[in-house]
Amino acid sequence: MSAARDAILGRIRAALGDAPAEAPVPRSFRRAGTADRAALIAGFAEKASAYRVRVELCGAAEVAATAARLLGERGHVRLAVPAGLPAGFAPEGFDLVPDEGLDRATLSAVDGVITACACAIAQTGTIVLDHGAGQGRRALTLLPDYHLCIVEAGRIVDLVPEAVARMEPAVKAGRPLTFISGPSATSDIELSRVEGVHGPRTLDVIVVRDA
Amino acid sequence: MSTDTPVHEGPGILVERPFPAAARDALKDAQLRRNIGKATTTIRAKRRNAVAEMPDWEALRDAGYAIKRDALRRLDENLLKLDASVTAAGGTVHWARDGAEANRIVGDILAGHGAEEVLKIKSLTTDETGLNGALEARGIDAIETDLAEVIVQKGGDRSSHILVPAIHRNRAEIRAIFKRELPDTDDLTDDPKALTAAARRYLREKFMTVPCAVSGANFAVAETGSVAIFESEGNGRMCLTLPRVLITVMGIEKVVPRWDDMAAFLQLLPRSSTAERMNPYNSVWSGTRAGEGPEEFHLVLLDNGRTAVLADEAARDTLNCIRCSACLNICPVYERTGGRAYGSTYPGPIGAILTPQLDPSAEAATLPFASSLCGACYEVCPVKIDIPRILVHLRSKANAAKGTTGEALAMAAMARVFGSERLYALAQRAVAVGQRPFVRDGQIRALPGPLAGWTAMRDLAPVPKQSFRGWWAERKR
Ligand code: SF4
Repeated sequence: MSAARDAILGRIRAALGDAPAEAPVPRSFRRAGTADRAALIAGFAEKASAYRVRVELCGAAEVAATAARLLGERGHVRLAVPAGLPAGFAPEGFDLVPDEGLDRATLSAVDGVITACACAIAQTGTIVLDHGAGQGRRALTLLPDYHLCIVEAGRIVDLVPEAVARMEPAVKAGRPLTFISGPSATSDIELSRVEGVHGPRTLDVIVVRDA
Repeated sequence: MSTDTPVHEGPGILVERPFPAAARDALKDAQLRRNIGKATTTIRAKRRNAVAEMPDWEALRDAGYAIKRDALRRLDENLLKLDASVTAAGGTVHWARDGAEANRIVGDILAGHGAEEVLKIKSLTTDETGLNGALEARGIDAIETDLAEVIVQKGGDRSSHILVPAIHRNRAEIRAIFKRELPDTDDLTDDPKALTAAARRYLREKFMTVPCAVSGANFAVAETGSVAIFESEGNGRMCLTLPRVLITVMGIEKVVPRWDDMAAFLQLLPRSSTAERMNPYNSVWSGTRAGEGPEEFHLVLLDNGRTAVLADEAARDTLNCIRCSACLNICPVYERTGGRAYGSTYPGPIGAILTPQLDPSAEAATLPFASSLCGACYEVCPVKIDIPRILVHLRSKANAAKGTTGEALAMAAMARVFGSERLYALAQRAVAVGQRPFVRDGQIRALPGPLAGWTAMRDLAPVPKQSFRGWWAERKR
């Protein structure tokens, strides 16, 4: 095995010597929230809005129509969509481009992208992608300048630890995760916040109340 | 310690001048003081709100502290597990005893791909090893992709803050740098939006074409082989997903045993760092995956003096640091001097304890003296590093190295006093009496004998006649 590896492990063992084991880790912080569905939706909407995300609420039957209205207002026509996007999520009358290995130039040139998510966090207004069905590979939600994410209310958890627990099987299966809290942002110039340095400049979210 | 002593070849940690001299110059720069002052005050207030929202903040800090302590106690085991899990996920793991070795590994991988350019995510670890310079020597151009790092790099400058490296530059200066260094900037205004857009255009082209990238890591999870990067701009996501080859250089102290540990750090880091509930993007990935992200992933595990810190039980907690920068933003010394005066990758209170442990030069040994021991850094630290206690410990070590001086004795005594509540209370009372002859207009301007160095650079607020503890005890009655 590598000499560097052996050397470093040797240094570590020498450094620790026979130091006693550490006390068990106290995990007395909140592991789960108590909010009901209405409160989760309201909490998520409020926290996401704080990052200048536009949040729309609708019923399961109205998702496509709500998406169409939002896209119409934004003036977006050509949208990339991942494989496995639920049929009810696709707005009619738009140029939807399925991502079957779209090249980077195409991804950069579309008006935006529509995806689902793996879960969302009310406490922080975060959406979490595990890049499974309906979410697409990581570049899909990165290169286009606009991201419309559809969040089924049943996927909203209250606290960060709940999201971590819910994502555990995905992580153990080797899937990547992306936690998204608002659009790309920087405060590097005199601490004034500017959106969209490299990722999407705009993030819209539709929360599906009864799904 | 093992017979194999850690080597410090890292050209990045390079304290060229003793802190007092560097600080004296920094204090003369009014613009710098204004910028840093504004930044730290803003972030401080925001952080207070973000933390106040969390009823279980103290429990989270306790968990964060204990997870790191435990992870470090079983560091060998965790690293071996990480090595195995990353390898099983299709990555390649390398071990580097020091900065020079890490730079060599990265350089070799890049050279093997014939790379002339490499994209970089802002990383303190590769700054510590001086990677950019080492690559340049091999004809490889490192392109920083964090907006602030672009400003620093193109300005031929040095970072002044862990989190907002270009905080010492105002918009007019940034406009001048961009006009000089970036293409198509003839009509560039100094509006932050316009400046950001110019950087976006320049970098987008790089992201689309450069096939190799280098990053640091915020955390790695031993059991799953996952590496995590927290960021704001999305340049991280670009570097982590678009290039064909990704190399991550990570200090060995960044490993935690279990995925569940992220439940604590996903809360502690953003609120302490950018003072947000969550930063815009967190990426987690394990090895490689067909059709997703880089085809080749290398993880370089770096020691570079960390095992020496591990060996010093009184200073070991230094390795808990998750590089949030909360201690910088709260520190009165940092607020006045800015980060560059510390002369190292790691400024502020954490720099004052970490740098001298990684860099054994006499110049770096002056850093633990750059503190008023006010204790604010300990209070804000999300992983409960008792920085004041470690400062005092390192001071007595530095003084012992210089030989037995009056100051050395004083510091050794102080280390004992700080370690005991009873002695501390006694000392406070003794000082309140003993200082009387030196107080003028409510300030101590010069101390006698071996303590003169203490007041050459700062006025000292006298210890109040009544200690806080005394006042508290009385109030409670
Ligand atoms: S020492 Fe603590 S407060 Fe300072 S940067 Fe590290 S984790 Fe943050």
